[in-house]
Amino acid sequence: MTMEATTQVGIGLPSAKPVLFGYTSTQAIALAILVALVVLSPTVLYPVFLMKVLCFAMFASAFNLLIGYVGLLSFGHAAFFGMGSYVTAWTAKYWGLSAEVAILLGGLTGAALGAVFGWLAIRRSGIYFAMITLALAQMVYFFCVEAPFTGGEDGIQQVPRAKLFGVISLAPDMSIYWLVAGLFLFFFLFVHRVVHSPFGQVLKAIRENTARATSLGYRPDDYKLIAFILSTFISGIAGGTKALVFGIATLTDVHWSMSGEVVLMTLLGGLGTIFGPVMGALIVTAMENYLAQFGAWVTVTQGAVFVICVLTFRRGVIGELGAKLKLAL
Amino acid sequence: MDLSRRLFLSASGAALLAPYPRRTEAQDAVIRIGVLNDQSGPYRDDTGVGSRICTEVAAAEFSASKAIKVEVLAADHQNKPDVGAAIARQWFDRDGVDMIIDVPTSSVALAVNSICREKNKVFINSGAATTALTGKQCTPNTVHFTYDTYMLARSTGGNTVKAGGDSWYFVTADYVFGHELESMTARFVTEAKGKVLGRSVYPFPGTTDFSSFLLAAQSSGAKVLGLANAGNDTINCIKQAHEFGLTPKMRVAALLMGVIDVHGVGLEQAQGLLLTESFYWNLNDRTRRFTAKVRQALGGRVPNMIQAGCYAGTLHYLKAVADIGLSTAKADGAAVVARMKAMPTDDDVFGKGRIRADGQLLVPVYLFEVKKPQESSGAWDYYKLIAETPADEAWQPVDKACPLVRT
Repeated sequence: MTMEATTQVGIGLPSAKPVLFGYTSTQAIALAILVALVVLSPTVLYPVFLMKVLCFAMFASAFNLLIGYVGLLSFGHAAFFGMGSYVTAWTAKYWGLSAEVAILLGGLTGAALGAVFGWLAIRRSGIYFAMITLALAQMVYFFCVEAPFTGGEDGIQQVPRAKLFGVISLAPDMSIYWLVAGLFLFFFLFVHRVVHSPFGQVLKAIRENTARATSLGYRPDDYKLIAFILSTFISGIAGGTKALVFGIATLTDVHWSMSGEVVLMTLLGGLGTIFGPVMGALIVTAMENYLAQFGAWVTVTQGAVFVICVLTFRRGVIGELGAKLKLAL
Repeated sequence: MDLSRRLFLSASGAALLAPYPRRTEAQDAVIRIGVLNDQSGPYRDDTGVGSRICTEVAAAEFSASKAIKVEVLAADHQNKPDVGAAIARQWFDRDGVDMIIDVPTSSVALAVNSICREKNKVFINSGAATTALTGKQCTPNTVHFTYDTYMLARSTGGNTVKAGGDSWYFVTADYVFGHELESMTARFVTEAKGKVLGRSVYPFPGTTDFSSFLLAAQSSGAKVLGLANAGNDTINCIKQAHEFGLTPKMRVAALLMGVIDVHGVGLEQAQGLLLTESFYWNLNDRTRRFTAKVRQALGGRVPNMIQAGCYAGTLHYLKAVADIGLSTAKADGAAVVARMKAMPTDDDVFGKGRIRADGQLLVPVYLFEVKKPQESSGAWDYYKLIAETPADEAWQPVDKACPLVRT
């Protein structure tokens, strides 16, 4: 059912003319607002909270690349996010690598794991694909519980905020904020670029009608695998960045509920919209953060919001907004 | 149309920011205490609201006698270290919190421990069991109250053997905490001339059917079944051991369990259970007096050792704050902790005690047996005292790995 809903997104919207790198004029305005918000909001909001939002926004954008544009619902993205965060934390703490190398290694770990998982999983689609990714991710989870390098229940703690390029200190919150903001904007634009490239067109063709794409001479499996690896690479980067921000990498990041959370973010924000995952990440993280004082109500509210979303605005906040305003956001 | 769209987009941007008014940095003369624990997961009954209430009672009691205003905040860390770390950072950076208390789940406690050190605030641990807080990761900003794996293992392991339970079989949760608890307990069992006949390790988390492990324990012929696990796993093991008829022939020693869990299981199934706590409400006049103070606020329940420890920790902290002065206390968490270590502790929960240089609170520890239903005089009358371990023997000897005690 979710798959069908996915394919509906984007249909029926007027195709506006792209003006800049595949952005329509309204998207360009929305992008400018987004950049302005990223730059200005740390003066108003708590930077550590914003960094968490940005890390999850990266993660959700990566996830959206798969479900929104290829129609693959992965239920194992926590594995890539979590392993990225472990590897970044480990290399920054024990090898003393600089921030950018540690994060890159986190991303590459995600990509390598993604290559193996993707190679296995893309042979099936729909619910079977989701189940295979979930099963593989659970294997990663139990590996992390047992493996000595992850620190088991305690995780890898007291990870230093390594210096950027070995010279720029990231210890003050605002310094690392600019790194996170830069990474987020880069990968946000990167996902958009991928989606609007000829490669992205093929992905969408595969999503809409795999048989026809095959008959046109494309190999769907190759395209799916590449998209999968791209998505897992960005997930690993997001996980690694989060590990550096909070100085901690734990089992939470590889637990299946993290996979569920990213699905929630993407659905809530809007599947297959560029700005949706960012909005979803903001909503979910804000709920976790600002409702923490109400105890058990965090999970109850999250559940209720999810139900309301599925029942009343299936296209997500940004998706519905786009449909109302007749804009592709 | 175009204009209205733009207007809409910019308005929505503004709306995004509107709900979060900036909180001003707290510089006023109020001590803020943050109770950080599990309010929705497996430890919510053992910590949760109960810990908050005990902290509030201590705060109210103290501010009534001294002219210091105390505010208590509470939050749910969902047993996730990153959520806990984020809340702790926000409390210190934005909300002017001076001290964090409770923090069950060792991984979260360790995360909070290092943040308190970084920000020079105070961390009073009552909820987490790890000995690392007073060992390898000890800091001048942390005090460890109430209990840890060492004291549980020593009291339950050593004293049970002395009471006749000299052959053991362990059912262990397969993660750091389970293994640590099992190996420590096994050490005390063998030191007391007892024997360990075998062990079963089960996958954690997610195991709910313990039948095969319990049957293996039964056929081992051991006198005592040691449960090296916590929370729901322990409760499930006890219930299933009862159903399979292991008890009362075999004694069950729950290595980490509290009075509230016993209440949840019920005396019928929990009878004969051996467990260790550093506080029991019906132990003496002082503990009864303390319990009377909080019982109504707890909805008729009694506090367990973790919640009572939050009361004792808050009270001692506030005494130290009053002693060194409010402005010093707010500026320098390590100074408050140093003063807490210098002053002997004295409260209705643990009685008289002291805090060692590594941050460990030294108080007596008790091994209890759960009463049979016919022995109990009514609600919450659950324990019989079996053995008391004096304060100077119960706790881990000073760990040389702790930088504070290195000479």
